[in-house]
Amino acid sequence: MIPELGYGAAIVALALALWGAVTAALGARTGRPALLLSAQHAAVGVFVLVTACFALLTYAFLTFDFSVRYVATNTNLGTPFYYRITGVWGALEGSIILWAWMLALYTVIVILRHRVSARAFYPWVLTVMLGVLAFFLLVMTVAAPPFARSSPVPADGRGLNPLLEDTGMITHPVALYLGFTGLTVPFAFALAALITGRVGDAWITLTRRWTIVAWYFLSLGLLIGGWWSYHVLGWGGYWAWDPVENAAFMPWLTATAFLHSVMIQERRRMLKLWNLSLVILTFGLTLFGTFLTRSGVIASVHAFTQGAIGAFFLSFLALVLLTGLGLLAWRWDALHAQGALDSIVSRESAFLLNNVLLVAVTFTVFFGTVFPLLSEVARGVKVSVGAPFFNQVNVPLFLALIFLMGVGPLIAWRRASLDNLRRNFLAPVLVGVVAAAGFFALGVRSAIAVLTLALTVFVAATIAVDFARATRARLRVGERLFPAMRGLLLRHNRRYGGFVVHLGILIIAVGVTGSQAWSVQTETTLRRGESAELAGYRVRFEDLTASEESNHFKVAGAFTVSNGRVLGVLRPAKKFYPQEQSPIAYVDYRLGLNEDIYLVLGDFARDGSQATVKLLVNRLVSWIWIGGLVLTLGALLAILPERRKGA
Amino acid sequence: MKGRYATAVLLLAVLVADPARGAQAPTRAVTESQVHEVAAELRCVVCQNLSVADSPSEMARQMRAIVRERLEAGESPARVIQYFVDRYGEWILLSPRRSGFTLLVWLAPLAAVAIGFAIVSTLVWRWTRRPASASTPPRVDPAMRERIRRETETEP
Amino acid sequence: MSRRAWRWLIPASALPVLALLAYGFRVNPREIPSPLVGRPAPSFTLTAFDGAPVTLEAQRGRVVVVNFWASWCYPACYDEAPVLERSWRAYRDRGVVVIGVDIQDTTEAAKNFVRDFGLTFPNARDPSGKVSVDYGTYGVPETFFIDRRGRIRAKHVGALTDGVVRVHVDALLAEPAG
Repeated sequence: MIPELGYGAAIVALALALWGAVTAALGARTGRPALLLSAQHAAVGVFVLVTACFALLTYAFLTFDFSVRYVATNTNLGTPFYYRITGVWGALEGSIILWAWMLALYTVIVILRHRVSARAFYPWVLTVMLGVLAFFLLVMTVAAPPFARSSPVPADGRGLNPLLEDTGMITHPVALYLGFTGLTVPFAFALAALITGRVGDAWITLTRRWTIVAWYFLSLGLLIGGWWSYHVLGWGGYWAWDPVENAAFMPWLTATAFLHSVMIQERRRMLKLWNLSLVILTFGLTLFGTFLTRSGVIASVHAFTQGAIGAFFLSFLALVLLTGLGLLAWRWDALHAQGALDSIVSRESAFLLNNVLLVAVTFTVFFGTVFPLLSEVARGVKVSVGAPFFNQVNVPLFLALIFLMGVGPLIAWRRASLDNLRRNFLAPVLVGVVAAAGFFALGVRSAIAVLTLALTVFVAATIAVDFARATRARLRVGERLFPAMRGLLLRHNRRYGGFVVHLGILIIAVGVTGSQAWSVQTETTLRRGESAELAGYRVRFEDLTASEESNHFKVAGAFTVSNGRVLGVLRPAKKFYPQEQSPIAYVDYRLGLNEDIYLVLGDFARDGSQATVKLLVNRLVSWIWIGGLVLTLGALLAILPERRKGA
Repeated sequence: MKGRYATAVLLLAVLVADPARGAQAPTRAVTESQVHEVAAELRCVVCQNLSVADSPSEMARQMRAIVRERLEAGESPARVIQYFVDRYGEWILLSPRRSGFTLLVWLAPLAAVAIGFAIVSTLVWRWTRRPASASTPPRVDPAMRERIRRETETEP
Repeated sequence: MSRRAWRWLIPASALPVLALLAYGFRVNPREIPSPLVGRPAPSFTLTAFDGAPVTLEAQRGRVVVVNFWASWCYPACYDEAPVLERSWRAYRDRGVVVIGVDIQDTTEAAKNFVRDFGLTFPNARDPSGKVSVDYGTYGVPETFFIDRRGRIRAKHVGALTDGVVRVHVDALLAEPAG
């Protein structure tokens, strides 16, 4: 009964979404409010129905309804309660429901927020959003129906992919999808702007906060993905340049470019064409990512199943790109306005360069990701493009971006005078140079590390200079220190929110640099009671214990870690799941501000007499997670309503 | 429920370490980081997108041991990598060769930056050449300019 | 072309990318051809579970089927073990040898596997993984068909069936000896 209800709800939702998309478009053309109202009701109906689908599937998981194939393949009687809920979106079909649900939620919020404030765009925005939603509902009903029956009904299910049994797996997809689906809103506004011909700044002002929110969730999704990779996959790293990671990273890059280039349009009424292109490209890249993860076209660790779904996503990607870019061409005359700049040395130039670099990184990542495919088409040879390539080609571009991060916010709009440059940059540059010398004196010999750290210090110094100067100006008019600083942050929340986000990125950059340059590892086989040493740590193998958990069998080693004094006992393990051929590594670690000690259990003797252990001391990795927290604060600050009047 | 663990126990049996490894007198001392450097260039064959250096799999561990042994026997890192390429094809290289067709992927970022830079410089050059009269503010007296300067600094 | 027509290049620029991705449906990223096919088979010397030495050289002049397996490889290796044994019995008198190479395994579990399936062809463990890397294996089961002159002629990934063995072995047997 439950599956039929869910399936029925999905079909009705699909019909409603199509109805709403069409009536909203008709409403826009005829100007009849009744049509628009009908579209609105349809959108709310879709939201309710998709929520129902979601609830029904969750219920099926909680009650072990193995008559639903999706439930049977992603859970078994041993799956703990908690993972039966997260298992709902653990695989392809459920992830599509989650996606559709978030999109429906965003649609409802757009209705609530913008039906009055954005009257000119609103009907078309609704059309686009419901159109995208209809596509996902089509996938839900035809290509990957989550409520498909299994026959015969198995006595027990296969079980969730063990790698997904982790708290990171609730938050990672949720954040990532909130980001992906959130980017639909600016895309819908961009298309509405193109259709109505109102390609001015209105759509940008309306979607600014939406873009920041989506961008933030995307950042968070990427960071949680890194954390999941770090503490679950057991290879000691957080970013592998896997096609799927790249797929999530590319829209982040273009969204970042967009967040910066809109400022030029707001100030100077330029780059209309460029900004619209970026938004269309960003949305296209989110679809490309979904296509990549779900088509099996490019091999990847977390690729979902293969099948017809790839063709669905590719067709929709084609539709989106051709429609979006076609509209751009159609409105070419209105968009192709000549810009005018006062000087080459100006903030406009800095932002343009920032965009060039971000798009260049996007292109590099894209080209590297699809290159294996190209190689096969062109000459029938399989090649790989992996981490060493991406690191080498992207590091110089990232360094240039960090440099611009220091220049952009402080260089004057229009024309930077020598005076402006000197007053803003002399001190930070000096501090940066001194820092470089200092790091070298401290024994940092890697050129890239010295350069990155010095640039980071330079950028941090520019932020400090700016904040100090603005605070001082407020003190001069009689404000006290803390109220002055608070007022500054709140009144110019967009600018200082941006600065705080930049600080977060800098902290992440330090973490990445440190972990790349200074992490060490060793692998050794220890007999019981023997110790291994690495970077001042002594790790002693105590014993091996086996235990039976609710849905797997676990062998854990106990290792006492000390550095002069005993720090504690780490218990890395191997987990054996009946449904998996090879065991799953379960790492144990001790996180620290400067370094993490990280243990991976390898082979072991059955009698517990010896075990192989991989021992890693990872430097500064915690800075990446701290940077993520700072970034969160900055994003929160930036989306606060602006207090300043009329600016 | 017990039956479910038949496979698990079976799997468990797999993992007993065999201390007898191809013991060959090393002719050269090789550090952990030298092995790591070579292994980081090789794609782990059982895990799709990790390097042999990073992968926790048994296959990757054996490959690391082979890398070490070959380095100790005096082979150059390039020779060791070639040994794997001969057996697995170019697929095993995580960073494609900088020659022939795969040079293309290395040139792509350079081309992207060069083209992007060229476009932006032409645009900036053209835009700074045309009189920005439409958007430049009307002439202001020095006092006004000073006030604007102070404004833009305190409230950037 | 008029100036206004150029703008349609914007949407057209998406077409090559879409075409490339569409082509992707025709390829399987997990299927990687072995560069060893057509080349001399790497030699090896292992010790069989019964203590006898197993070398490839000793089999020169015969068609050799080298099968990589492991006792934990369920179900594929369990499915093909009877196939291998059947083929060995059917072809051994016609100059065909089957050699099993057990990888990433323990002696105890592997011996049980050999005993349970009643395998009578030579089976040996590859404790260091060197033979499996020499043959460029990705996992188990993988099977190589080697001709009388000692060259690898075909590679099969996944469980064998009687049909697969027959096709490859008959083709190699049909070739003139020497």
